[in-house]
Amino acid sequence: MTVHAAEHHGPPAAHQSSRVDARVLGMFLFIASEIMLFGSFFTARFFVRVVKAPPEWPPAGFHLPILVARINTAILVTSSFTIHWALTSIKRGSRRGLQAGLVLTFLMGLTFLITQMIEYARIGFAPHDNAFATTFFMLTGLHGAHVFVGLTLLGMATVRAFRGHYSADHHHGVEIPGIYWHFVDVMWIVVYATVYIL
Amino acid sequence: MRNPLKSEAEAFRFVVITIAFFVAVVLAKLLVGWWLGLIVAVAGLAALAYLLRSPELPLPRQQAPDHVGGEDDLRILVVANETVGGETLREVIAQKAEGYDEEVLVVCPALNTPLKHWVSDEDGARAQAQERLDESLARLHEYGVNARGEIGDGDPLQAIEDALRTFGADEVIISTHPAGRSHWLEKGVVAAARDRFAVPITHVIVDLDAESEELA
Repeated sequence: MTVHAAEHHGPPAAHQSSRVDARVLGMFLFIASEIMLFGSFFTARFFVRVVKAPPEWPPAGFHLPILVARINTAILVTSSFTIHWALTSIKRGSRRGLQAGLVLTFLMGLTFLITQMIEYARIGFAPHDNAFATTFFMLTGLHGAHVFVGLTLLGMATVRAFRGHYSADHHHGVEIPGIYWHFVDVMWIVVYATVYIL
Repeated sequence: MRNPLKSEAEAFRFVVITIAFFVAVVLAKLLVGWWLGLIVAVAGLAALAYLLRSPELPLPRQQAPDHVGGEDDLRILVVANETVGGETLREVIAQKAEGYDEEVLVVCPALNTPLKHWVSDEDGARAQAQERLDESLARLHEYGVNARGEIGDGDPLQAIEDALRTFGADEVIISTHPAGRSHWLEKGVVAAARDRFAVPITHVIVDLDAESEELA
């Protein structure tokens, strides 16, 4: 058998003429698509609110669970700090910190999602009632779906953390869910401000 | 623009900034009124846009491509846009190619307006560049220069980088208008190219007005 160790096999190295790094470009495109998705939902909300200009907002008989939303916001915002703590810990080589941070983040995310589901059941109106209700469920539901995806990623990262994966040098599997989780957090702040404050 | 979600640490910083932004807007609204909340929101967004600006980082210096062919072979990369048809440029190319088995690649960046660039409306710019390029190549062939051409990226530095990857040039010629009329000189393209590419770079100034006066 002849071995040509010095020869290059396979396709030639990729020629990258773009001025943007491929990974950065990927993340940009992902964020852009998400912003457009949420943007369309925000547009619907503002259209109903500003263009249709109902005399009352929220319409008479519709009450939003503002206090619960505030508590949920505090929980989700705190979870950004715990995921950051988890990642900082593994970067320092602390597995305990990583595990604790991930578990806390996961539990807070789960609490947020369960609370939101309970509020959906108790809120007293349904998506088909009127445009206000439709846009409320659309925005919070879309965000809830993102929280669910984030929880799935965090769940996998947590299991892997307890199985001994990740180290100070290799923690990409926590970094990516962490970025996603922060994105979900930022989107919630915007959703919260739009739905509950404005 | 800087990507705020490039790493977890940057994303976390972005979360903190977002929280501070909304807290400031809500506080302004509660303490004074909607108008102050709006002012704080606009000011905050402007500050955010400023923070997300990309820092102007110098690109790493690139290695010179390997020489292709024998000692008599010479590969010249010419980057020129409006001046690609200039007589001065053609004379310099012909002089440099003299005595060599030369191969010249003329790259003509398809310069475009920023608006047309962002909406990907490049057909016009490419067609104009192709027209100038064809004319210049025909004249170079008249001089007996072995030249071919292609349309390059609108950014001349990117056009050089792209061409160097596929055409191992021994030398690069950048052709511009005289100082004061050249956007490339104003933007420091020649100096930036010398910093970025480890290939000998010759700067040729082509005064098209003077050339046309001479012809008249």
